[in-house]
Amino acid sequence: VLTLDLYKKPQKKSTPSGFTLDDVIQTGTDNPGHPFIMTVGCVAGDEETYEVFKDLLDPVIRDRHGGYKPTDKHKTDLHHQNLKGGDDLDSNYVLSSRVRTGRSICGFCLPPHCSRGERRAIEKLSEEALGSLDGEFTGKYYALKNMTDQEQQTLIDDHFLFDKPVSPLLLASGMGRDWPDGRGIWHNDNKTFLVWVNEEDHLRVISMQKGGNMKEVFTRFCTGLTKIENVFKNNGRAFMWNEHLGYILTCPSNLGTGLRAGVHVKLPNLSKHDKFGDVLKKLRLQKRGTGGVDTAAVGGIF
Amino acid sequence: MWKLKPPLEMPLSLKYKYTLEQLIPCDPATLINLKKLSTEEEFPNLAKNQTYMADILTIQMYKRLRGRATQSGFTLDDVIQPGVDNSEHSCTRAVGCVAGDAESYTVFMKFFDPLIELYHRDYQQSTMHRSDLNPENLKGGDDLDGQYVLTCQVSAGRNVDDFCFPPHCSRGERRALEKLAIEALNVLEGEFKGTYHSLKNLSEEEIQRLTAAGIPTDNLISPLMLSSGMARDWPDARGVWHNDLKNFIVWVNKEDHLRFTSMQEGGNMSQVFTRYCSIIKKLEEIYHQKKHPFIWKDYLGYVLTCPSDLGTGLRASVHIRLKYISKHKKFDEILRRLRLEKNFTGSVDTSDEREVWDISNADRIGFSEVQLLQMVVDGIKLLINMDKYIEHGQPIDDLFPTQK
Repeated sequence: VLTLDLYKKPQKKSTPSGFTLDDVIQTGTDNPGHPFIMTVGCVAGDEETYEVFKDLLDPVIRDRHGGYKPTDKHKTDLHHQNLKGGDDLDSNYVLSSRVRTGRSICGFCLPPHCSRGERRAIEKLSEEALGSLDGEFTGKYYALKNMTDQEQQTLIDDHFLFDKPVSPLLLASGMGRDWPDGRGIWHNDNKTFLVWVNEEDHLRVISMQKGGNMKEVFTRFCTGLTKIENVFKNNGRAFMWNEHLGYILTCPSNLGTGLRAGVHVKLPNLSKHDKFGDVLKKLRLQKRGTGGVDTAAVGGIF
Repeated sequence: MWKLKPPLEMPLSLKYKYTLEQLIPCDPATLINLKKLSTEEEFPNLAKNQTYMADILTIQMYKRLRGRATQSGFTLDDVIQPGVDNSEHSCTRAVGCVAGDAESYTVFMKFFDPLIELYHRDYQQSTMHRSDLNPENLKGGDDLDGQYVLTCQVSAGRNVDDFCFPPHCSRGERRALEKLAIEALNVLEGEFKGTYHSLKNLSEEEIQRLTAAGIPTDNLISPLMLSSGMARDWPDARGVWHNDLKNFIVWVNKEDHLRFTSMQEGGNMSQVFTRYCSIIKKLEEIYHQKKHPFIWKDYLGYVLTCPSDLGTGLRASVHIRLKYISKHKKFDEILRRLRLEKNFTGSVDTSDEREVWDISNADRIGFSEVQLLQMVVDGIKLLINMDKYIEHGQPIDDLFPTQK
């Protein structure tokens, strides 16, 4: 999308917190990517980036989100009652279900641009907010820098832990700075609901469990998310949201709901069908390998 | 009227206030409007940090220096970022900070001076650094035993004046530097004629040829480079130049503006050094004519990106097979006395490889180039001697060097 004219126009501008156009596109310049896998290649440093650099970001959003126009409005519906069915996906096929999204806290810069002090403030706010939850949401916060090896191993075994970013795609944007300062994981005692703090976004909320009961996962997800949002609101903090872009996150590909609902499903036969890709596309679904992004599928499990 | 009351005289300072204000250069730190909280909140957590930077940086220092920036906008946070991000211990202890331009060493003097003193232990800034690039002054060195010494190599870096260093330079600056380098290198002739390969457009065949010549084109980005900003826009405006004989290589825009390596198989260190000196002197002159000389300061020598490379920036090394002495329990002590350091060569899985070591000078600053080379040459001769003695079962105690 970027052309020389587009580069010249806002070149002198920067957002109020000092994020420039060069910072937005740095990750794309460093990682030109693959002709088959088009990565977005730009990041936002703060809420204002989407406004100040909208000449660049609006076309990117349009291309990535299938024609979303600058005048379109996004709707949010977190009422889990509205979901029909979904509690009986066949467990012989579906191994686990997971719903994740991200949220950013108003008034702070996003991970590519935030300073150490801001990141620590976000960590503190999140820790307090999450500590005040109760019921099925009582849980504990583990700061990455104080984690013992044992705790680390348990978290890895539960598939909760996120790694230090080593992929140049993430490092080039600046979100790996000062690792592991200010980062951590919170999860509830049942180990079905967890929150990543200061990884790619301020907060990444994940709800997951084994088996095929997607409805339960989604219910817990909505309840938990709303509770967290309320706690923040009571403390005078809001999540970054606007009518046009929905929930504002670091990567333009995650705007809107920022939601990714997925299952680990065994499809040994369908996956070998040559129309597998087409079917997925028609259903507006996306596939990834067993280990997550950029991995291959092992044993037909996607 | 004026006979009664003299006209009001405006004091000169008031009259010229506006003009004077225009002349005061603006503090670059005011131009940067990054959002930062208080010092305590921003100070990095150095508890588990094992770099040199962590030893030096205190919260008072941080408080004093965080409000300052160089003309080009390089701040203290940028200086220490690589140290904060890469705090774990690798095989050698990292310095943990970089300079963004020559001015950084002055603006952040209160940080860099103690760091330089700590890292380059025996160097005092008050004794100026001298440069001696006359290969005639090197005694011996052309006959290191070929049974032991496999290759000799001399490498150094240089930065060009008026440009920011790789962690901080913009795309435009980097491209301008590449252009300068290509022009300068094309002027060289005779045994120094060569070709430039830009990393952007390497064909398969070129990659093969370069790898065969010992020039890696892959895996060049280290975590240090990523966190300090040297890897931005890779591979734009980066490249490697080598002469036709493939014994002199110049890397453009990698960790410093220019990185020279002069190398060859066998034990003739003095030839390697002579070649290095001639080319460096020629290039220095060419750059000087283009009005962009190599950056040199009396008290810091050649100014390079990493504070560990200041001074000569020179690393003279040999790949040497030392079967016996390397297993001696006093090997490290001997090396220390000779002011040498050892490094592994490539992969070290097989016990075979442990015999071949990369031995180089430990100092960079405080000694001239010739002196450093002399130490390497003499040290290597002694080590070979000691190895021979041990091989023949003779005691080596009286061969032990004194601390240089």
